[in-house]
Amino acid sequence: MFEGDRVMKGKRMTKPLGMLVFLFALWNVGLTLFHGWPSLWWLGLGVDFLLIVGIAELLGKMIPPAYAPLYRRSLSVSFPLLLFIAWELLVRGGVLSPDWFPPPSRIVQALWELITKFDEFSKTSLLGRPWLLPGAVWGNRPETVEELLAESHLYATLMRVFVGFFLGSIPGILLGMVMGVSPTIRTMIDATLSAFYVLPKIAIFPIMMLIFPDPFGEGPKIAVVAISVFFLVTINTMVGVRDIEPVYLEAGKNYGASGFRLFYHVILPGALPVVFAGLRLALGTALIVIIAVEFVRAKTGVGFLTFYYWEILSPEKMYAGLVVVMVLGVLLTAGLKKVEQWVMPWRRP
Amino acid sequence: MGIAPKIQASHISKVFSNGKCSVEALRDFSLEVKEGEFLCIVGPSGCGKSSFLRILAGLMPVSSGKLEIQSGEDQSRPLTSMVFQEYAVFPWKTVLENVAFGLQMRGIPKAERLSIAQGWIERVGLSKFIHAYPHQLSGGMKQRVGIARALANDPEILLMDEPLGALDAQTRTVLQEEILRIWEEQRKTVVYVTHSIEEAVLLGDRVVLMTAHPGTKKAEFPIPLSRPRDLKVTATPEFGKLTYTIWEALRGEVLSAMESTGEGCSKGIG
Repeated sequence: MFEGDRVMKGKRMTKPLGMLVFLFALWNVGLTLFHGWPSLWWLGLGVDFLLIVGIAELLGKMIPPAYAPLYRRSLSVSFPLLLFIAWELLVRGGVLSPDWFPPPSRIVQALWELITKFDEFSKTSLLGRPWLLPGAVWGNRPETVEELLAESHLYATLMRVFVGFFLGSIPGILLGMVMGVSPTIRTMIDATLSAFYVLPKIAIFPIMMLIFPDPFGEGPKIAVVAISVFFLVTINTMVGVRDIEPVYLEAGKNYGASGFRLFYHVILPGALPVVFAGLRLALGTALIVIIAVEFVRAKTGVGFLTFYYWEILSPEKMYAGLVVVMVLGVLLTAGLKKVEQWVMPWRRP
Repeated sequence: MGIAPKIQASHISKVFSNGKCSVEALRDFSLEVKEGEFLCIVGPSGCGKSSFLRILAGLMPVSSGKLEIQSGEDQSRPLTSMVFQEYAVFPWKTVLENVAFGLQMRGIPKAERLSIAQGWIERVGLSKFIHAYPHQLSGGMKQRVGIARALANDPEILLMDEPLGALDAQTRTVLQEEILRIWEEQRKTVVYVTHSIEEAVLLGDRVVLMTAHPGTKKAEFPIPLSRPRDLKVTATPEFGKLTYTIWEALRGEVLSAMESTGEGCSKGIG
């Protein structure tokens, strides 16, 4: 596109942009003045959304190409912010009930409370009061480091996910590789594996509680996470090995690789992308499973926290619990992504 | 050097079967390749020329017939190294690691194999990309890596399976010149599969024409163009005459191959 063309377009678009902004203001002020929000909030939000899309679209065309990436990034950040503002206003305006949808401001407040306060009744805190850690380490506080960690919901959930994830994924990768390489083992195990794969893993939690000597301890919880992770990782690893381009195997063999060296230089790296896709899925599943397990049977954990505040009817703290789960999911996925980049530096960033 | 040819394939046949149906990729295929000869195999797609290369490479067994390859005195040299059509350079290895791969598998010490690989990377003009991963390279550069990987391995026989088939016309021409230049230095035994008659005449000492379904040898054309060659030879009348003669012999085969495609089993055999 020519520069001149772009400038002309920019000029041509200022007018409709002004119109849209004006319409947007008119619509919202009008709806507020005539008390239309409580009954027509769905229409109000729908029209607002369309107008905002129109404004963003026009702005996007007027922005010089150099700033386009910055513009897109700010768009992806500011839209959720806008949603939060709309949520806040709808609750304050009495359209949404704060009992079901506590406004974001109160959720943030509740989150802050969860982080900073020790719950005397359940003898727990969200993060394990990290500001007491230095004192605990030097021994001039009554709490020990172990006690602080034991009272932390976040630590409890993280540990269960981590340990379960490792205990499940490492045997999963090994079995998946073996099944991918050996048709005999694959034929023997595949049907059984598929049958277990479709079983909702949370359903085996009671059995795990039966098997472990301490049914309420960490054992059954970690075992359920590990088993859920195991099947996902096994199947993905097997698919990853089988989907390696045959020409890579031919090249490996023609250049003298066989046995373990063929595995190490060709099969393992060739399967890694799909293995990691499986690990990402498994991580998500591990979070789902652990939260569900903590709903049912736990004295600590982010899932327990959310359920506990349902029992004592404190919706903003339930939401705060959900926020913690979301943040946990995002951080864990990002961490796995980092590991992935470190293990597979050859992939397109 | 003995009188026996480097490669002697006698009455080779290759049948693929998957239970339901079987496809005859090669039937009664005989071929001799002399030491230091650049042999090109041309034929319509599905004529079993890739299968023959894979048999030479030891990647698949023959169904019947006999294949003899005279190995040289130096037992440490690999018999064959293949350049594949789909580049087949490992995306998880850098250019240097890819080129050194064959040497590494043969247990050459690290310092030595890296310096050999470096030398070949320079000769194919990729010094700037020595530590790059293949996804950072263009198709032509990837295939340069594939060629360097094969040559660094110093095989007795270089096998090339339509190595330039996936490249655009200009890149192909540049790489043809490069292959010619490198071959003139090395004079290795080469078996080169291609579907381009011009490419075969430009590069080869001899062109073998194959028919499809099943793959057999239809004709042989010695290429008397003088060595060392370069791209200038394509402008000579002899070059034109040779390519046209081969095309006349091939035309009927291409037409019958086109008619017979779509047979359920015939796919996947190049």
